[in-house]
Amino acid sequence: MGGLDNANPVVFQATKERSVLPEEEDDSIVDKFDSREIFDLIRVINDPEHPLTLEELNVVEESKVKVDDNANTVHIYFTPTIPHCSMATLIGLSIRVKLLRSLPSRFKVDIEITPGTHDSEIAVNKQLADKERVAAALENSHLLDVVNQCLS
Amino acid sequence: MFPFQGIVHTQTVKRLKEMHTLTEVETLSGHSDRVWCVSWSPNGSLLASCGGDKSIRIWGKEGEKWICKSILTDGHTRTVRSVSWSPCGMYLAAASFDATTSVWSRKAGEFECLATLEGHENEVKSTSWACTGNLLATCSRDKSVWIWEVTADEEFECASVMSTHTQDVKRVKWHPNKEILASCSYDDTVRLYREQADDWECFTTLKGHSSTVWAIDFDKTGSRLASCSADATVKIWQEYEPGNPECVATPDNVSTWKCVCTIGGYHERAIYDISWSHLSGLLATSSGDDSLCIFSEIHSSDSRNQPQFELVARVRGAHSQDVNCTVWSPTEEGLLASCSDDGTIKLWKLERDEK
Repeated sequence: MGGLDNANPVVFQATKERSVLPEEEDDSIVDKFDSREIFDLIRVINDPEHPLTLEELNVVEESKVKVDDNANTVHIYFTPTIPHCSMATLIGLSIRVKLLRSLPSRFKVDIEITPGTHDSEIAVNKQLADKERVAAALENSHLLDVVNQCLS
Repeated sequence: MFPFQGIVHTQTVKRLKEMHTLTEVETLSGHSDRVWCVSWSPNGSLLASCGGDKSIRIWGKEGEKWICKSILTDGHTRTVRSVSWSPCGMYLAAASFDATTSVWSRKAGEFECLATLEGHENEVKSTSWACTGNLLATCSRDKSVWIWEVTADEEFECASVMSTHTQDVKRVKWHPNKEILASCSYDDTVRLYREQADDWECFTTLKGHSSTVWAIDFDKTGSRLASCSADATVKIWQEYEPGNPECVATPDNVSTWKCVCTIGGYHERAIYDISWSHLSGLLATSSGDDSLCIFSEIHSSDSRNQPQFELVARVRGAHSQDVNCTVWSPTEEGLLASCSDDGTIKLWKLERDEK
């Protein structure tokens, strides 16, 4: 394995576990998905290169997660640590797989690079939006192993 | 753009929009993963489907119900992306992410694998048979389009490899009555090919979509082509042959194809498939927004150069997830099939609303 793209990333503090509110334990209240809930699913994803989570590297932030439960849409911007990060597609794929496995199938999920933070932003966004390429990638056992490591 | 665009025709004829209703007639369940493609046999009696469960299913009508007649599971080791019938209905070609294309022959109601075509470097996305049945086209993420010749003893020989696309090729489709092939791609373009001096060449590139072109379909005559894209629009391309009355230039005596209409604003997400009925002339589209739309051409003063289409039916939530494919029955007007990430195939009937 070659050198790391970004050997000394800035590390951010992780947020605390969300406290459970009384109404969340009340089964008679419909609990809609909100941005914090989606963020909690993705903040713990491991970075492919560092022993840190995407939250600790500030790759994902709660303010960049938009959820509309009624419209069944989720939109996430993620920010690679450096503009030429070669892992950007893999990180995006890991976020997509995590949500694919966690959310009800009614949700339409869009995952994009925070505008202006990566040299190949358009190409990476297009690839992540192409469901056929994502499906084919996930049939590649080597790639799937790498994704599963990020999600473990 | 066009020499005739300065002419304005004012039409004051009042026209009542004819709305239609698309009604679900049957849901076919059986696939254990997303269904990528569904295809009618040429006489409309069978449906072939395929998907993420690596299988091909053949469906036929018994009485009033469509039932699964065969499941072909030993052809591919990865997703089967698409299936297409030969014009005679005796062969079925299947494109797979395992980089191969399988060809199945139907003998006495049973399907057996006749050949496995190897050559593409990675995922094969689509196959199409020429109208004569003598040529089969395949395309792949490896950016190439292959043309295979079908020999008299049922063998397949590669006749040409065309690498004009700069990205993943999503779909290939032959002209309905000429040996002209169309392909569309992740590079946002559509390309047309013809045989010239014993080899195949790309003779034109259609640019206009702003994202991946997922599917293409010719109308009955083959002089118009419809394309649909991740940019959520449909475009209609018109052929201008050498000597055309509009005086559109045709360099090297080769037809020029021009975009004469863009249909937008109906789908909210990528349009994954389009089918142009050779019986009714209606266009059906299916999308990642879970809906199906039906468009009809409006009678207009200059339908060749400035055609107009209107939405005549729409089913929101046609499936509970992305609708990957939609295709009109070749024999029964108004009968439509669709399939989805939700693992089902649905049959629909389009009927004109009572006034």
